Amino acid sequence: MSYTKIDADILRTLQPPRLTYYGALGLIGIGFGFGAYAFAQQWQTGLGVAGYEHPILWGIYITNFVFWVGIAHSGTLISAVLFLFRARWRTAVARAAEAMTVFAVCTAGLFPIIHIGRPWLFYWLIPYPNERQLWVNFRSPLVWDVFAITTYLTVSAMFLFLGLIPDIAAVRDRCTDWRKPIYRVLALGWDGSSKRWRHYNSLYAFFAALATPLVVSVHSVVSWDFAMTILPGWHSTIFAPYFVAGAIFSGLAMVITLLIPLRKLLKLEEYITIHHFENLAKMIILTSLIVGYAYITEFFIAWYSGSMFEQGTFYDRVFGQYRFFAWGMLFCNTIVPLFLFSKTIRTNLLWLFVISIFINIGMWLERFVIIVSSLSHDFDPANWPVGLYQPTWVEGAITLGSFCMFFMLFLLFIKNFPAISITEMKEASDVPEPESA
Amino acid sequence: METTYIRGIFDSGRTAALAITAIRDADLGTVTAYSPSPNHDIDHALDQVTSPVRTFTLIGALLGCISGFALPIYTVYAWPLITGGKPLISIPPFVVIAFELTILFGAIGGMLGFLSLSRLPNIARPSTKLAVDPRFSLDRFGVLVACTDSQHVELIRTALDETGALEIETDA
Repeated sequence: MSYTKIDADILRTLQPPRLTYYGALGLIGIGFGFGAYAFAQQWQTGLGVAGYEHPILWGIYITNFVFWVGIAHSGTLISAVLFLFRARWRTAVARAAEAMTVFAVCTAGLFPIIHIGRPWLFYWLIPYPNERQLWVNFRSPLVWDVFAITTYLTVSAMFLFLGLIPDIAAVRDRCTDWRKPIYRVLALGWDGSSKRWRHYNSLYAFFAALATPLVVSVHSVVSWDFAMTILPGWHSTIFAPYFVAGAIFSGLAMVITLLIPLRKLLKLEEYITIHHFENLAKMIILTSLIVGYAYITEFFIAWYSGSMFEQGTFYDRVFGQYRFFAWGMLFCNTIVPLFLFSKTIRTNLLWLFVISIFINIGMWLERFVIIVSSLSHDFDPANWPVGLYQPTWVEGAITLGSFCMFFMLFLLFIKNFPAISITEMKEASDVPEPESA
Repeated sequence: METTYIRGIFDSGRTAALAITAIRDADLGTVTAYSPSPNHDIDHALDQVTSPVRTFTLIGALLGCISGFALPIYTVYAWPLITGGKPLISIPPFVVIAFELTILFGAIGGMLGFLSLSRLPNIARPSTKLAVDPRFSLDRFGVLVACTDSQHVELIRTALDETGALEIETDA
């Protein structure tokens, strides 16, 4: 594939979109606006408009937080870990996955703020010298979260931007419309000189090396929000690996959910091929099996521990009032992915898309089950609520708004920046045939 | 003598690397290459040393690690509050903070190193108009030679021509 063709094909995706794009963006924008309106209601009225009721004081918002942090992980896995392993197939999908990571962390980061009672004081979570002479509690996993998420967002955003610099320069050099001055500023004056490539390559490798431990650490820290408590259903040493595997699993499913429409919309079938999807599907099989094993281990630990509280919680999980969610989670995350063992299914994009949606739903349910069903069945039976936790329209609207915000950011990104790395595609492709030979 | 710039445009990294090797071997001038993507042939021909970006990353990471321990330790002494009979300086939880700050500061240090070493944002006027060409981000490779010896100019042009340059331009 020649450099000229790569340039032309990828830069074509930045041409003014069709009406359907604006239609989709408009619909998503309405959803986002609805979520923002609901949050404004909550801001004005107080957290009482959410369906929290003792003892379920972590609900949909924290479910969404864990879900979106998890979604981010596969992007880093693809862009950083597979880079270090020199998996060449990642080139075509890494940019979209990296962008997905940044947008997912942005979305996730909003939820702890939405969840706290006085969101306008969210900056109290950040340690800084203040007139109250108070510092945050560094022994609290919630503060670890602040550090983990801030680090993840900053490093992911810088990694994405670094990869974009030469590509933005390519866009700048071809762009003729009103966006040219913007690309000129964002390209930072990149000229493709050997000196700059040398530093660029070095930093890119270091970013990959620095982001790799984040794949493991960030969701481990998120899991410790739960595991460091003594609540049955949460207090478990397997939580960190269990959450990390689940995060990569859900993120890979989201990558597939995004990439299948993306390649169709941007006509990138030649670049993002069935081979890429098959590789992603194989990684889903692996992570699904790890997640399934973790589910079994959780039940085994509950039984083997001899603790009546643990046993009670896990019995309640599958036979109690939240059983439908638990069985839904088990079905979506452990049974449905098994279909991917069939090559026919994992190379069929329609099937793959449907399975990825099932996994997205299953992983959201997993977080819901872990959080809500455990909280509803704590040590004291007098605490146990009679009915199900019932989220209000505010929680529903904010959840919808978060999905819309994520897809909106992604849609805006793919029409303004190359969704595939031009530079890496050129590097991976054969050198163009010399005309002078 | 003033510096003269001679630029050859190539359609592959391999031929550009041949030109670079020929010019560097004969010590005809200072060579800068331009390419649409990183190119190993050009890297080898230029024989570049490892980028010092790694030093910036290391310094950042070390600062992050030290800060990650220093900040929690300072704060627990600023307001000593024993909880659960645990020591004020609880190393295991502080490791999490130190780990995250090591990564964060390492990445920021690396980024700052990259920007400063690469002189980005690059707002300065280039030393010659030949240093900028939109084709360098498309499909062409540039070899720019800065030469202060007028007798070398023709030798450089010949080297560029013999190694397959599609265009050769000079800017005095």
